[in-house]
Amino acid sequence: MTTHPVLRLTGITKRFGTTLANDAISIDLAPGEVLALLGENGAGKTTLMSILFGHYTPDAGTVEVAGVQLPPGKPRAAIRAGVGMVHQHFSLAANLTVLDNVMTGTESLWRLKSSTGTARLKLLSIAERFGLKVNPDARVGDLSVGEQQRVEILKALYNDAKILILDEPTAVLTNLEAETLFATLRVMAQSGLSLIFISHKLNEVMAAADRVVVLRGGKVVAERLAAETSKAELAELMVGRRVARPVREAAVPGDVLFQAINLDVGHRLSGINFTVRSGETLGIIGVSGNGQTDLGHLVSGLAQHTGGELRLFDQPVTQSSVRGMIEAGVGRVPEDRNSEGAIGEMAIWENAVLERIWEFSRNGLVDRRAARQFANEIIGGFDVRGGTPDSRTRLLSGGNMQKLILGRNLQKRPRILIAAQPTRGLDEGAIAAVHTRILDARRAGTGVLLISEDLDEVISLADRIQAIVKGRLSPPIPAEQADARMLGLMMAGDWPQDGKLAHAS
Amino acid sequence: MELLEIFTSAGIWGAVLRIATPLIFGTLGALICERAGVLNLGIEGIMTFGAMIGWLTVFNGGDLWVGLLAAAAFGALFGLLHAGMTVTLGLSQHVTGLGITLFASSLSYYIFRLAVPLASSPPTIEPFQPLVIPYLSTLPFLGDALFNQTAPTYLAILLAAILAYVLFRTPLGLAVRMTGENPHGAEAQGVNPIAVRIGAVMVGSALMAVGGAFLTLSAFNSFFPTMVQGRGWVCIALVVFASWRPGRALLGALLFALFDAYQLRLQAALGKAVPYQLFLMVPYVLSIIALIVMARRARVPQALMQPYRRGER
Repeated sequence: MTTHPVLRLTGITKRFGTTLANDAISIDLAPGEVLALLGENGAGKTTLMSILFGHYTPDAGTVEVAGVQLPPGKPRAAIRAGVGMVHQHFSLAANLTVLDNVMTGTESLWRLKSSTGTARLKLLSIAERFGLKVNPDARVGDLSVGEQQRVEILKALYNDAKILILDEPTAVLTNLEAETLFATLRVMAQSGLSLIFISHKLNEVMAAADRVVVLRGGKVVAERLAAETSKAELAELMVGRRVARPVREAAVPGDVLFQAINLDVGHRLSGINFTVRSGETLGIIGVSGNGQTDLGHLVSGLAQHTGGELRLFDQPVTQSSVRGMIEAGVGRVPEDRNSEGAIGEMAIWENAVLERIWEFSRNGLVDRRAARQFANEIIGGFDVRGGTPDSRTRLLSGGNMQKLILGRNLQKRPRILIAAQPTRGLDEGAIAAVHTRILDARRAGTGVLLISEDLDEVISLADRIQAIVKGRLSPPIPAEQADARMLGLMMAGDWPQDGKLAHAS
Repeated sequence: MELLEIFTSAGIWGAVLRIATPLIFGTLGALICERAGVLNLGIEGIMTFGAMIGWLTVFNGGDLWVGLLAAAAFGALFGLLHAGMTVTLGLSQHVTGLGITLFASSLSYYIFRLAVPLASSPPTIEPFQPLVIPYLSTLPFLGDALFNQTAPTYLAILLAAILAYVLFRTPLGLAVRMTGENPHGAEAQGVNPIAVRIGAVMVGSALMAVGGAFLTLSAFNSFFPTMVQGRGWVCIALVVFASWRPGRALLGALLFALFDAYQLRLQAALGKAVPYQLFLMVPYVLSIIALIVMARRARVPQALMQPYRRGER
């Protein structure tokens, strides 16, 4: 290579206790290059980038920016050298304005006056140059997640970043926002910035990167040009073995289990119709924020319908409750596993039995033995790794926490399974495991209601698909007729509005 | 009618400013701490200690201003203690703050007893005298109502303006606000949240102690235990009432002082008909109502009471 690398990591090693998070990692980055750092959760990607940015001090190894070595453990030095970082959990203050957020730390603390006017002009000109529209005076908490990420990026650019690091930038974005983001990244690379983005999503790595470095177990296991590799090869390199997502066989639909007829929930869901049959999966696809959360709450007994009819096992539901749903045999995988699915500070066994604690109580006391046994069955049966019944749930990785949640529902063989965004944020291995379990349950006769914004997931799991747009549901189409283009149209609200809706079930 | 005529006397407005002064200092102090993300329930004790040490300095021959400075210095020291426990060690801010209140109060009584022999009437000092401002102080009505105060009162009002400027117009203020909202974000942009928090708690605690010292060096002329009388707790509530803004903190303190001055005069007017304890409640009841109205719209600093530990989320 004739061009000098803008960034060179040499032999970076970092140990946390007994685990080796980074093992002698060396990476170069060329000017104007988009590099993807691909790896499963826990492969050491975020640790590596935290070292580069000075959040952590490495045990060994050096970071050089444009040939100059950075002092370890000094974010300020990294910022000055032109390294900008866009964190996975945004480092923004919701109550402050966009301009306040961008300006923090950019001036000497002891100046008697902030140069707000100059800063505003600079921010607007950068925003203009990269097509990142923002209102400098908007309160950050009032912005959408996509806009907040824009502010994060602008923050880095404002500090004259030459190298931009994005940690799982699409984890919180909708598909549409993600596409916009990658278009922006392209513009930045063309204007000479170098970018590293961390990801475990094969699609986006293939679509956006020039070069891919694969990390596994803290080591660089491979380096490929995006043009010369394939999703299948990357998946295998990342996981270390062949992973194939399970394939759905034809459904044998049975009785109608769960049915909504012209149902309203306030003004958030209006006139929706769906039918879940035994042994069949109904997929609800849609860009998040279109009423999925309300739908999830409705079917799990957290919200009441205000109009129309909801029928469960051919009986009308008038007053639903969470406990009523669970006792009726409805298993639920909530959308946000950290806030609604599990309580991080409590033990695994406690989380395993919490939603059916009455079944594990005797004379008003918790039957801990039965509860631990139940937790052990889940851990064994659903391959939950990284904890015993007594360890804190927070210590589990996202995938293992999701397996725990699935397990506590499926262990009891529910008649209906509601899975909302079941693989959001999970890595390839965990996705395959979750999909397999859902297909197993369906084969055993459970009716599955899958709510997801992942096209691939819905196409591979669902037998029938409906789109959710602004609180309305499209008529269902059979999965055989669905392709990405058609679902894209449906998600945009383009479906026949004629009489089909009336007998949509 | 008599009840409303109270407001037309210049005396009540002068009293309002006088009563408000320690509250202004205390509220601004608590506000600085909380803007950086640290709740400082040590305020009640720090005010007591400020009242004691300020008085003792003057009693032993120090200048009145030296007395205020001594209070500020010891306040900062208690702030350092609070910050050491809550910021550096990340302990519970509630428990630490209450501990400091108990500790600082008891320590003040103890030092006072050691330094001053027991007497039937407490010894006195010569307190601050009203500052005569040419022309203004001699204006009819307004002169008595607004321009007949001691220097620390004017200082308190000036301080509210300075603090508002620093918080919203300077890089330092932005760093403090960012630290109170998201210390991780502050760190990612090269601001050291630990240093900012320690500094804010020390400065804030110094102001609390000055508020206490005002009681012994201006409002009264002697020190006696329990003289702070819950003013610290009122300040904590006023910060919420003020939605963490210095200008509104000033307003809130004045409003509370108005209630208080009014109830004192109500006692004089109606004290024979109703037990006076009823009037003592008036400012607190009105404050609770004001708090309910105002605080619902308040924007709490997002990282208030959350300890910051590097490298953790």
